Amino acid sequence: MVAPSAPAPLLGDPAGPGREQLLELYYWMRLTRSLEERLVNLYRQTKVVGGLFRSLGQEACAVGSAYALRREDVLSPLIRNLGSMLVKGATPVEVLRQYMARGDSPTRGRELNIHFGDVVDRNFIGQISHLGDMVPVMAGVTLSFRIRREPRVGLVYVGDGATSTGAFHEGINFAAVQRCPLVVIVENNRYAYSTPTEKQCAAERLADKAAGYGIPGARADGNDVLETYRVTWEAVERARAGGGPTLIELMTYRRKGHAEHDNQSYVPAGEIERWARENDPVDRYIGVLTGQAGVAAEELEAIDARAREEIDHATDLAEASPPPQPLDGLVGVYADPPAMPVLWYRAGIRSAVPAHERPASWGTHDG
Amino acid sequence: MAEVTYLEAIRQGLVEEMERDPAVFCLGEDIGAYGGAFKVTEGLLQRFGPDRVIDTPVSETGFVGAAAGAAHMGLRPVCEMQFIDFLSCAYSILTNYVATARYRAFLPCPMVVRGPSGGYVRGGPFHSQNPEAAFLHTPGLKIVCPATAADARGLLKAAIRDDDCVLFFEHKYLYRRIKEELPSGDHFVPLGKARLAREGKDLSIITYAATVWKALEAAAELEREDGLSVEVLDLRSLLPLDDEAIVATVKKTNRVLIVHEDTMTGGIAGEITARINELAFEWLDAPVRRVAAHDVPLPYAPQLEDFVLPQTSDIVRAARWVAGY
Repeated sequence: MVAPSAPAPLLGDPAGPGREQLLELYYWMRLTRSLEERLVNLYRQTKVVGGLFRSLGQEACAVGSAYALRREDVLSPLIRNLGSMLVKGATPVEVLRQYMARGDSPTRGRELNIHFGDVVDRNFIGQISHLGDMVPVMAGVTLSFRIRREPRVGLVYVGDGATSTGAFHEGINFAAVQRCPLVVIVENNRYAYSTPTEKQCAAERLADKAAGYGIPGARADGNDVLETYRVTWEAVERARAGGGPTLIELMTYRRKGHAEHDNQSYVPAGEIERWARENDPVDRYIGVLTGQAGVAAEELEAIDARAREEIDHATDLAEASPPPQPLDGLVGVYADPPAMPVLWYRAGIRSAVPAHERPASWGTHDG
Repeated sequence: MAEVTYLEAIRQGLVEEMERDPAVFCLGEDIGAYGGAFKVTEGLLQRFGPDRVIDTPVSETGFVGAAAGAAHMGLRPVCEMQFIDFLSCAYSILTNYVATARYRAFLPCPMVVRGPSGGYVRGGPFHSQNPEAAFLHTPGLKIVCPATAADARGLLKAAIRDDDCVLFFEHKYLYRRIKEELPSGDHFVPLGKARLAREGKDLSIITYAATVWKALEAAAELEREDGLSVEVLDLRSLLPLDDEAIVATVKKTNRVLIVHEDTMTGGIAGEITARINELAFEWLDAPVRRVAAHDVPLPYAPQLEDFVLPQTSDIVRAARWVAGY
């Protein structure tokens, strides 16, 4: 299941065809949350090889914004955009195989977590860890659309932290000058690792940075999935019509640590609990659906069950997936030559060590 | 056929590739209406229009990153660094993003980053650098340093057609000093293949870029004054390195001097020395020696720059030492 070709902006109309889309949004949010919960279990079983990054409390940002894209549009997710990737066509089994470093994962074990993409069919590009770098890259992706007169749009996510980087500035400025069809979303989740936004930037509103680039800026409630969809859709369609880039700041809150190991000791007491209680994007959306949209609770429970089943099935597949072949580690640095040579002291050896253990010192707890 | 300068050869290569393939486009600072700081791209804007000759903001990370994104989508961007010294501004995105794209994400990234490098021009610390060694250590990049006009055109065409990122170091000292008739037709020089610039049997000088010409001057002097037959191997590509050609010249002359304009410590001469040690140790009759720039930032005043950089007389002296060992 992927994003529909041209979703209408009239999502809120429960009587019309919008109802199916409203439920799809719920499905993607639930799938995101449940898949991450499954990943926590696998992490605690030490089956996740590296770190685990959660988007708990940010599912509306990811899902609502990505839902505003067409299939041919290109999305560049950040570490808390699992939901965006699922909407764009990434599958739970791909995500699980990535985290579990399997040989049939989308990157064949070369990269971690949700750092993967597909520009052939589903049109999303895996990020790198250097924050801000995807903004110039997406400026170039969308420059190609403009040069070729293709009616396609790009969407790139950054966090509040990445707005401090030079790459963010250079990329958005380039896109603005070249009027590239690019939407830049700043997910302001209050923390960059442990650093609160006020220590990141003295501006009160990150959306105000748009003025410095001569492009429209908007700020929206990122925990309201319909609002997120609406503000993104407007920016996407403006870009598609030749109106150039937009900078959107989505206000949200990161309820888990930077990664699963982070105990969040730097967060003021009660803050996380307050957001969980008062401003959970899934709870809020359930309220909208069962309230004004008139969706029965049983219908949502059926969606929950469907998401669970899909994740169970994906987990079985991922657990049965083979590890990478060590020699594959030398393949594909260049198109030509296709593989790098084995070093002289490794000639004829197929595996460097007898067992490939996850370093115990990295820990398996989140406390 | 008329003689063409090294600079005009680069422009010819660009024009020919842009005419051959509509996916090729140029971007960089002041390359459009102004034609570039050295006029390499002069006339291209008029010929190909503003979508294929793009003047960018002063933002090396921005336009190198944008080139990568466009390359993912099937275009073939050619970035100009106004001076190659500014390549370091894009170091992170080149080494972390571009160089890893194919390996980590199976993302094609066919792009060229070209620009004027090198000294002997009184450019001072920030308009004379030779930063190639900083990128030699990055799997995923290719590095080319042409010394002749024919190679400048032929290697540029190969670089543009290559499916990975090629850093193309032009030497600004050679831009208007080197002039030759170019081979006719779609002449193409493969990456990773060295060129024998002069054949000899007593001693090999392995070098690239502007010091190829100093090595040739030194070889002529050594033949005239010492009766030495000196071979000069022009590497042309630094990444990948032509091990075969290096080993062949070592086996032929058994004595090697490596010369480069880049600074000594961490320069590519060290890597070549290590390879000779590993691949052809028993063929050597003398230690491999290096002639390179002194380990200082490049100074401006002629007296200082000339002292810091390797000169023809240095190569002659060093070659005599190796030959007499």
